[in-house]
Amino acid sequence: MSSIGTGYDLSVTTFSPDGRVFQIEYATKAVDNSGTVIGIKCKDGVVMGVEKLIASKMMLPGSNRRIHSVHRHSGMAVAGLAADGRQIVARTKSEATNYENVYGDQIPIKELAERVASYVHLCTLYWWLRPFGCGIILGGYDRDGPQLYMVEPSGVSYRYFGAAIGKGRQAAKTEIEKLKLSELTCRQGVIEVAKIIYGIHDEAKDKDFELEMSWVCDESNRLHQKVPDELLEEAKAAARAALEEMDAD
Amino acid sequence: MSHPSMDDMNLNAPHSMGTTIIGVTYDGGVVLGADSRTSTGVYVANRCSDKITQLTDNVYVCRSGSAADSQVVSDYVRHFLHQHTIQLGQPATVKVAANLIRLLSYGNKNMLQTGLIVGGWDKYEGGKIYGVPLGGTVIEAPFAIGGSGSSYLYGFFDQAWREGMTKDEAEKLVVKAVSLAIARDGASGGVVRTVVINSEGVKRNFYAGDTLPLWHEELEPQNSLLDILAAGGDGPAPMNE
Repeated sequence: MSSIGTGYDLSVTTFSPDGRVFQIEYATKAVDNSGTVIGIKCKDGVVMGVEKLIASKMMLPGSNRRIHSVHRHSGMAVAGLAADGRQIVARTKSEATNYENVYGDQIPIKELAERVASYVHLCTLYWWLRPFGCGIILGGYDRDGPQLYMVEPSGVSYRYFGAAIGKGRQAAKTEIEKLKLSELTCRQGVIEVAKIIYGIHDEAKDKDFELEMSWVCDESNRLHQKVPDELLEEAKAAARAALEEMDAD
Repeated sequence: MSHPSMDDMNLNAPHSMGTTIIGVTYDGGVVLGADSRTSTGVYVANRCSDKITQLTDNVYVCRSGSAADSQVVSDYVRHFLHQHTIQLGQPATVKVAANLIRLLSYGNKNMLQTGLIVGGWDKYEGGKIYGVPLGGTVIEAPFAIGGSGSSYLYGFFDQAWREGMTKDEAEKLVVKAVSLAIARDGASGGVVRTVVINSEGVKRNFYAGDTLPLWHEELEPQNSLLDILAAGGDGPAPMNE
């Protein structure tokens, strides 16, 4: 705590002498410790996958969802503080419905991402607020095609072909880079995402996890939906098989 | 028998567009049409008004009812559409324009006396026509007619409108329809204005009143009504108070 800290890290409204806002960086830390969240844009849609770490064995499967539907055609996956994420999801939902009420048309994903980012950013501007401790991957399908955005606690948002946040993001990103996303269908993408999440999960060190997956693609009629059970099971099986093959080598 | 005289005229009454307005889709775009009469009671306050108003580069609206109300609504909608195109970085669609009009018409239905027909072209849906009548309903339709003159046109459109018309066919239909309504409807008159919108852009056309066809029992344009009497015979009988 020599050059950093020393009084400049308690408020979001005070810059440090070298021009940083430490509270935002600490919020990013909260995201970096979370279970991995992945999103990829395939040729016919977007696939999102979450490594949801199980806090307790007594918890019912499917609780504490980390992927939420925002609108018919878009959904978001949350890394970091799940409760903060729900706040963002609620805001995003209302932005989407409000746009539709005013303009009579689905909100473009680009516009939705910008509005979510503005909201997240707003919480970094006032001393009586705390930045969101979560990163968001937003996937959707509009008339300009499928799109994938990531919003960080600082309020920046970028459009990606593939994005990963959370504990295993570095490993996940190198794996995503190996995929030929422009040729991949979402059905294949689901299996690849499952493989990546199973691959980066350290069974010895990490808590147990549940794989949560959703997609928005031509196969789902451009609706944001949970990946069908039979495909999810197929993906899990393929992921486990790939792991065993790696262990055998 | 009594006739309108100066005493009957209240020139302070609100200007109203007893109107004929039309929107027709064709293969590749839309044609909007309107007459040009704006009246204050029985007084024609403007005989060459422009009731087809621009909202954006690619969306226009035909106005009917109270001139003031329809101007305010279209001014607001133009403002919102401008903001919207800047925010999205691309032209607004006709649907968005129609929805904004609905929002104002429905939300202020107790105060507004105006029915509008929106028409235009966008890259997603092509040429589109939306009618937004008094209460604020939005009706997407291949063609829409509105204003007092439209009552004389329903049967005509049932008979004469076809799907897949060419641009020229559609514009001819619109001009003919407005001229028919002008002949029957006392609150419509003057000239016919049209606006043609398609992927290539917008074209405005003007058809002077004396170039329009003469329908049943319509009189030739006269320099003086006395000429009719001088010609003898067929003209209307002289008025006796």
